[in-house]
Amino acid sequence: MSAHVDYLLGLADDALVSSQRMGWWISRSPQLEEDVAMANIGLDQLGQARALLTHAGAVEAAGRDEDDLAYFRDERDFRNVCLVERPMEDFGVAMARLLVFATWQHELYGALSASTDATLAAVAAKARKETAYHVDHARQWTLRLGDGTAESHDRMQAAVEAEWPWREELYDAGTLAPELVERGIAVDPGTLREPVEARLDAVLAEATLSRPDVAAAYSRGRQGRHTEAMGYLLAEMQHLARSHPGVTW
Amino acid sequence: MEHRTATATTPSRAWQVAAGVLDPELPVVTIEDLGILREVTEDDQGRVHVRVTPTYSGCPAMETIREDLVSALTGAGFRTVTVEFVLAPAWTTDWMTGEGRAKLEAYGVAPPGPVADGGPVPLALSVRCPQCGSPDTHELSRFGSTSCKALWSCRSCREPFDHFKAL
Repeated sequence: MSAHVDYLLGLADDALVSSQRMGWWISRSPQLEEDVAMANIGLDQLGQARALLTHAGAVEAAGRDEDDLAYFRDERDFRNVCLVERPMEDFGVAMARLLVFATWQHELYGALSASTDATLAAVAAKARKETAYHVDHARQWTLRLGDGTAESHDRMQAAVEAEWPWREELYDAGTLAPELVERGIAVDPGTLREPVEARLDAVLAEATLSRPDVAAAYSRGRQGRHTEAMGYLLAEMQHLARSHPGVTW
Repeated sequence: MEHRTATATTPSRAWQVAAGVLDPELPVVTIEDLGILREVTEDDQGRVHVRVTPTYSGCPAMETIREDLVSALTGAGFRTVTVEFVLAPAWTTDWMTGEGRAKLEAYGVAPPGPVADGGPVPLALSVRCPQCGSPDTHELSRFGSTSCKALWSCRSCREPFDHFKAL
């Protein structure tokens, strides 16, 4: 598989898997408005994933469409970072995760708006505007819970501690072919570290939370090495399409 | 908006038909009012090609809009209709027409304010209540019943209302 396709699949799978986790919250949120908000954010991510998967399929030119790529690849072929696949069944964790992921996506999409891959640039320019809302939503909840009661503060701090070790893979060039960066298609993930971390630190400070002093987790999702949670997530996400091939609504 | 000028100043019959298609989720504004209808070309064989830009990446209304465009144009006698979704340049609520904004407000949806692109999320500080006109309103939720709307409430008339978010 070409490095270009691999790169696009990484971005698509980040959005797709995150969207699947956001969907878990529908009917489980602390308030009705939040059900709607999380569904909307997940829907934006799903839309980004669809456009990126379709484009990856076109660049690959092997006849695979968005559904083939979403539903008929196995765990080792998914390229998403491990951050997004882990369960998030605690609301504080969900908001800490969204804060990290959306802040990173927002910076990434901003940089990719100038990609020499014109389709990728167009998807990124559109997605960048959507992720601004996602960042803002996560920030508001982080402030409200962090600078809230003693209980909410402690739980938000614990959530931040749980998510922080998984950031490192977002900045890791890992298997990314340097040639893609040289050709202006991809963004060197290392360049995102400074702006993303600055924004995260500012939110933590405002929310009276302390920046976790934690070691990076072993995270190699970009290479197809996932956590235990990924197989269960895919089983649920892919079940319908695999049980009823070609099914339509 | 050079992408529209050529067609909008001398609207062809195909453009006029396409421009009459309503947004399925806000059935008072047309896709022209929203600024998502970008280009309509027709050849002498009666083949029409329509270019539309999505509002949000995941907007589920796009498939319905595609079907409505095909149905409206074939109903008007055009034989072959193709609909293409174009991503660049990305749609912005700044492309919504003045007429579209007025229709939204009359329908009970507060129209979007101007977009502050590049800055933080545009915060509409004084959204006017579309029901009673009061500026004494507040946001209940940044995300509403569809991707493009936020949920607001009016302190004067006590009614909740949708606000079309700036994007």
